[in-house]
Amino acid sequence: MKSLQELAAIRDRMKQTVNTREAAHDTTRIVVGMATCGIAAGARPVLNAFTEEIARRELSGVLVTQTGCIGLCQYEPIVEVTMPGQDKVTYVKMTPDKVARVVSEHIIGGKPVAEYTIGAR
Amino acid sequence: MNVLDVAQNSVAAGATLIRITLEADEEQGLLTLTIADNGKGMTPETLAHVTDPFYTTRKTRKVGLGLPFLKMSAEMTGGTLAIESEVGKGTVVTASFGLHHIDRAPLGDVASTVAGLIQCSPDIDFVFTVRAGGEEFCADTREMREVLDGVSFAEPAVAQWLREFIGENTQPILQRSNII
Ligand SMILES: Nc1ncnc2c1ncn2[C@@H]1O[C@H](COP(=O)(O)OP(=O)(O)O)[C@@H](O)[C@H]1O
Ligand SMILES: [Mg+2]
Repeated sequence: MKSLQELAAIRDRMKQTVNTREAAHDTTRIVVGMATCGIAAGARPVLNAFTEEIARRELSGVLVTQTGCIGLCQYEPIVEVTMPGQDKVTYVKMTPDKVARVVSEHIIGGKPVAEYTIGAR
Repeated sequence: MNVLDVAQNSVAAGATLIRITLEADEEQGLLTLTIADNGKGMTPETLAHVTDPFYTTRKTRKVGLGLPFLKMSAEMTGGTLAIESEVGKGTVVTASFGLHHIDRAPLGDVASTVAGLIQCSPDIDFVFTVRAGGEEFCADTREMREVLDGVSFAEPAVAQWLREFIGENTQPILQRSNII
C-alpha cells in the first residue's frame, strides 16, 4: 500500500537530482492538450502514460502537465515538448503506445520523433 | 461523471482550495458528488443562468456545457443538482445520482481523474474524500505538500505515487459498496 513515508522517499530522491541540475531553464516540459475535447480524444491516458514512463525511467528535470484546449481539436490529443536549447515540438494524435518512443528518442535521445509531429502526413 | 469538467470551473475561478467529495448513501440510494471551492464565486445573475446550456462567461467557446450536462445526467437518474455560490467566497456544486439507476454514467477511473487534476494544477490544494459503506478515505494535498517540502506534484514520480495512493485506497471502498 502506498504511504506518505514512500512520498518522503520520493521527495528525497527528487531533491538530490534537483540539486545537481540548474534551475528552470534546464527543465524539459511535456504538455498534454487536456480540454474537454482532449479528454474525449483520449488525452488522459496519454498524460498517464508519459507520467508512468518518466517515473519508471527515473528521469529528472522532466515535468508533465496539461494545457487547456489549444484549438486543434481534429488533431487531439496534442503533446508539446519543450527541451532546453530546442524549439518546441508538437506531437499530434498521440496515443499511449507512442509514448515510450517519444521518451526514449526525444526526451532521452534529444531527437524528436518526426513522424508523430504536426508537419508529418 | 464529469468530475473534471466541474473541478475545472473551480480552477478557472481562481480557487486555492478545492474539496471533492464522493459519498454513497445506500439508505437513500444516492451517490453524491460535491465540489466546493474558495474561488471568486458567482453573482446571483450568473447563478440563475448557470444551468442554461446557452449561457457562459467564457470568451473562448459559445456555450457552457459543464453544469447543464451535469444537471441533465443527475436528473436522468432521479437525482438533483444544487449550486450555492457567493461572490468573493466560493461555490459549492452538489450533484446527486440514483446509486443503482441504470442511466447513471459509470464513475470511471476517479483516482486517475483526481490525481491528474492535482498534477496539472500543482499549486492548488485539493481534499478528495470518498465515503461509502461506513468507510472513508481522504487525500489532502496540504498534508502531502508538507512532506514534499517544495517538490512539485507535477514531478512524474510524485504524480505516479499520487495516482496509486488514491487508487489503492478508494478502489476497495467503492468496490465493496458495488459503486464500480
Ligand atoms: N466554481 C465556480 N466558480 C465560479 N464560477 C463558476 C463556477 N462554476 C461555474 N461558474 C460559472 O458558470 C459558467 C458556466 O460553467 P460551465 O457550465 O461549466 O460552462 P463553461 O465552463 O464552459 O463556461 C462559467 O463560465 C462560470 O462563469
Ligand atoms: Mg466548465
